[in-house]
Amino acid sequence: MIAGINIYEILTLTSILFFIGVYGFFTRENLITVLLSIELILNAAAVNFVLINTYLYPDLLQGAIFSIFIIALAAAETALAIAIIINLYKLIYSVEVKDTETMKY
Amino acid sequence: MDILSLFVVVPVLTVLVLVFAKNLKQARVISLIGMAIQFAMSINLIFAYIKERATNTDIMVFTKDVVWFENFNIHYSIGVDAISVVMIALTSTVVLAGIFISWKIDDLAKEFFVSLIVLSSGVFGFFISTDLFTMFVFYEIAVIPMYLLIGIWGSGPKENSAMKLTLMLMGASAVLSVGILGIYFNSNADGGALTFNIFEIAQVHIPEAAQNLFFPFVFIGFAVIGALFPFHTWSPSGHASAPTAVSMLHAGVLMKLGGYGVFRIAMYLLPLGALNWTDFFLVLAAFGVIYGAFGATMQKDLKYVNAYASVSHLALVLFALLMINKTAWNGAIIQSLSHGLLTALFFALIGMVYGRTHTREIEKLGGLMKILPFIGAIYVITGLAYLGLPGFSGFVAEMSVFVGAFQHPDMFHRVLTIVVVSSIVVTAVYILRMVGKIMMGPLSNMEYAKLPKATWYEKTGLILLMIPVVIIGVMPLGLSEMLKASIQPFLERLL
Amino acid sequence: MDFSYTILIPLIPLALFIVLGIFSKKIPPSISGWIGSLGLGTSFVLSWYTAYTYFLEGKLNGVYQTFIYKNTWLNFTDKLHIDMGVLIDPISVMMLVVVSTISFMVHLYSRGYMKGDDGYTRFFSYLALFSFSMFGLVLATNLFQIYIFWELVGASSFLLIGYYYTKPSAVAAAKKAFIVTRFADLGFLIGILVVSYYAGTFDFQEINNLQGSIITNWAATSFMGLSVFTWGLILIYMGGIGKSAMLPFHIWLPDAMEGPTPVSALIHAATMVVAGVYLVARLFPVYYFVEDGFALQIVAYIGAISSLVAAVIAITQTDIKRVLAFSTMSQIGYMMLALGVSKYDGHEGLGFMASMFHLFTHAMFKALLFLGAGSVIHAIHSNEMGDMGGLRKYMPITHITFLIAALSIAGFPGFAGFFSKDEILAAAFENNMLIYISSVFVAGLTAFYMFRLYFGIFWGQEKQYKHTPHESPWSMTIPMIFLAFMSIAGGYFHFSEYVTADHIPFKSHLDLPLAAIATSVGLIGIILAFVFYKKENNLPERFAHAFGVFYKWTYHKFYFDELYIFITKKVLFGVVGFSAAWFDKYIVDASMVGIGNVTVSISNKIKGLQSGKFQDYAMSFIGGGVVIAMVIFYLWIN
Repeated sequence: MIAGINIYEILTLTSILFFIGVYGFFTRENLITVLLSIELILNAAAVNFVLINTYLYPDLLQGAIFSIFIIALAAAETALAIAIIINLYKLIYSVEVKDTETMKY
Repeated sequence: MDILSLFVVVPVLTVLVLVFAKNLKQARVISLIGMAIQFAMSINLIFAYIKERATNTDIMVFTKDVVWFENFNIHYSIGVDAISVVMIALTSTVVLAGIFISWKIDDLAKEFFVSLIVLSSGVFGFFISTDLFTMFVFYEIAVIPMYLLIGIWGSGPKENSAMKLTLMLMGASAVLSVGILGIYFNSNADGGALTFNIFEIAQVHIPEAAQNLFFPFVFIGFAVIGALFPFHTWSPSGHASAPTAVSMLHAGVLMKLGGYGVFRIAMYLLPLGALNWTDFFLVLAAFGVIYGAFGATMQKDLKYVNAYASVSHLALVLFALLMINKTAWNGAIIQSLSHGLLTALFFALIGMVYGRTHTREIEKLGGLMKILPFIGAIYVITGLAYLGLPGFSGFVAEMSVFVGAFQHPDMFHRVLTIVVVSSIVVTAVYILRMVGKIMMGPLSNMEYAKLPKATWYEKTGLILLMIPVVIIGVMPLGLSEMLKASIQPFLERLL
Repeated sequence: MDFSYTILIPLIPLALFIVLGIFSKKIPPSISGWIGSLGLGTSFVLSWYTAYTYFLEGKLNGVYQTFIYKNTWLNFTDKLHIDMGVLIDPISVMMLVVVSTISFMVHLYSRGYMKGDDGYTRFFSYLALFSFSMFGLVLATNLFQIYIFWELVGASSFLLIGYYYTKPSAVAAAKKAFIVTRFADLGFLIGILVVSYYAGTFDFQEINNLQGSIITNWAATSFMGLSVFTWGLILIYMGGIGKSAMLPFHIWLPDAMEGPTPVSALIHAATMVVAGVYLVARLFPVYYFVEDGFALQIVAYIGAISSLVAAVIAITQTDIKRVLAFSTMSQIGYMMLALGVSKYDGHEGLGFMASMFHLFTHAMFKALLFLGAGSVIHAIHSNEMGDMGGLRKYMPITHITFLIAALSIAGFPGFAGFFSKDEILAAAFENNMLIYISSVFVAGLTAFYMFRLYFGIFWGQEKQYKHTPHESPWSMTIPMIFLAFMSIAGGYFHFSEYVTADHIPFKSHLDLPLAAIATSVGLIGIILAFVFYKKENNLPERFAHAFGVFYKWTYHKFYFDELYIFITKKVLFGVVGFSAAWFDKYIVDASMVGIGNVTVSISNKIKGLQSGKFQDYAMSFIGGGVVIAMVIFYLWIN
């Protein structure tokens, strides 16, 4: 519990963070920046877990521990994504999103 | 193996043997032998049927019933009555004549004969089935090879015509399957099991609302292949682009599936729906008769003339079926048979002319009678038979239809009957125009003077088709009495 | 008495047709000519024998009996069925004699006329087919049987008119004949359907039965003021109008002259064209009794008008066969009007008897006229009167026989035509004064145009001929001599003791005043023709000029042909046919193809969903998820 601050205010913060990440995922033109946006989404979720833990269940620790999980997961997923991007780069020599549209009608 | 299943097995066996044929000559001979056996079997069936009928008075004879797919109560059930026997004889005659006429096809001949015979096996299966689902399966087998046959071995804009024909007929099948499923799911209206068998469904009283709903689906599904206005436009371009034997088979036999289906399924299983919808479809059919006739007078391509003529004559079949009395139904079936033979004759003749002169345009042809005496003579005779000259089967059919149709005393039926009867004049116009221009008159192109005369296989094919036309025309009593006995149970449901 | 052997009379020509038709290339011409002639000769002998036995012994209590032999051919409903068989009664026996005589004569004549022609055997097979069909028609026992043979006769006519099939004009004439008569047959067929539905039968005996349902109860059902039977009879007569070339369906007859002349003699003079007359005669009781003879009046007036119009046109024509064609139309008009004014019982049925009598005599002398014309055409290779003149020196037999026939048709006393025409005029005088006056006028015209023809061919100025004309061979002149004999002797049969409306013979007598009027009118016609045409002069041109526009209209046959061509080509096929074909190609077909195009364009728009951009996929994913979440939330709240 942080004195003087409402849960809703921090929830707003995490939501904004989440949707910035979503927006970034939809609109960025560089694959790496899309990855960055994914990080934002994951981090927003993690902060949400800690927040709920602090404000609603102050006696428990599960929320905070779960946020560590999320960080580990994010790292693994980022590594995987970078590996895919590197392999793709070897093929098309570009990390632009618009060069990855060949699997269409 | 019972006598009827052989009709499906023999074509399949012929196809299997054909796959191993090494060259053109073997392919032709194998197909000829297979279809000649089929023809002999169908003649035998006529006599066997007559003999059986003397003792057996069930609706269908030579029946057999094997469970195919238990869960939906689908059976492979077969049987024949006079109408099926007649149609089977027609099919085997036209197919055999078609094999004779196609003797000289040389590219991919083996595949051509395979597709043709597969198609015919579908038709035979359709005529012997008495289970709705089996019937539909055979109907599809009869329609799908058309795409290959027209698209590969055709002439002119063949891919386009093949596509149009197949898609329109597939669309009709889709509509038909809605109707069939509608019938199926109402077949337990009296508290039995759901069934596809025609005669079991006939015992059930399907609610009138369901009948009114599904009758148009089934009727239109069959009427499209029977070239009912306005769903007939696949026919002119399809027939024009198709190779000769395919046109013969399609116009001669496949288009009769429509009338047969209306008779066997649409009107028999949904009688109340039929009675409610007759007036609407009668107008379409009557209009189709006169519309097809007038359309035929304007055509410039021989095959188009024949295609529109077929639209006109087949609309007469549907017209007669919708008149719902014994004489008209008798006429409808004889007309199916007669028209099948005559239109096959015409397409064969047109194919022979086209094969020699490489043109089907009426304007360019002329005076061929002197150069091709046999073909010319048969052409004139076929033309006269087609316009309903007595002594040929067309007269018997048309008069039965007209007399039957006239038995309705009300103004609506009378007016439509008179409209349809007056088509005999328009028919005479386009037939004589066609015959007069291409066969008679002066020779239009000096190069035609050297055209080869009719060959043995062409003559055989033509004579094979002409003989039944003359026999039915001169002695119709036996055929019409045989058909009347079988029409009776189907008519009773509607009266 | 057993007349069942009469079935052989049509069957012999049928067998001839089949044999000569199938083996036409293999049988040499000389044999086919003999076979054909022999076959028809047999039918000829059988017919005369039948007539002899029937008319001498066929009476029972003074009434000629009807003999019927028939078999069911096709069943329609419980009551309606087509039978095939033979019906022997006075008019059918008479017709057997007429048809077999003329056919046999034409067969003999054709052996000479068609000699050397390519399709000789084919010609004889077609003649046999025609003879078979005509015999079947006159022996018919029921309405549908007569219709069947009616159609077959039309088909034979088509084949024979179009015999010279490489000539476009012959093909066109054959087509025209078939189609015009088919249109008339449409009326016939509808008439048959109407009459048979309300009478419940096709059979002639039942229809004509004086106690039967039609004659006693025709008023039961009516349509628009007239009995349905009247409508049926009028429609049936429409077929007769077409086949007998009455106005307005006469346009095919002049063109039918494109066929070889023996064909014109047989079909278009003596036999097929009288089928319409025979039809009315066959159904005479119903025509007379239903609606008090309403339909019969129509028969009379159409006959009278046709005879008048045809006689007027014949005066101006220059092709000898066309003159004879219009003459035929005019004489058939006489036969129709005689039937039309006739009553039924005994002596009152004079018109009926006169009509049949004239049918008989006309067949003889008209066939002879055509055969004579054929002889002339054969000699000078042209049909036009302008190319002929002074032929009496070169062709004596043709000349004399032609003169005999011309005198007969003009009604010169002593010749057959005089007797039959006189009976017709007497019948008309007794029943319809207007028709009588018209008929007398026509008699005068007939004599005039006939002798115009005679003088123009055999007298007048000699023309330049390609080679000296010579008389025809014996094969052609013998039939002509026989027919000339019949054109005189045929008048001396006491016809009223054989052929009457109610089958009861009566005695007829020559009405001297009427005969005198008719003869004098005929003589005036002959004298006028003598003045105008015996020697070449310009009197005809001056008269033609004087008549001006009327002459022009007559010469062009009152423009009937042009009118019909306009209606059929421009209106029927130009408008209706063209619209049907256009509608089909551009609207019906276009909508089917349009359905295909619509499907393709919809699929083009939908395929954009597979864009290949993963961000779009993610957007859909998230969007879907949001929608589902909202739905669940909404349901959770409620």
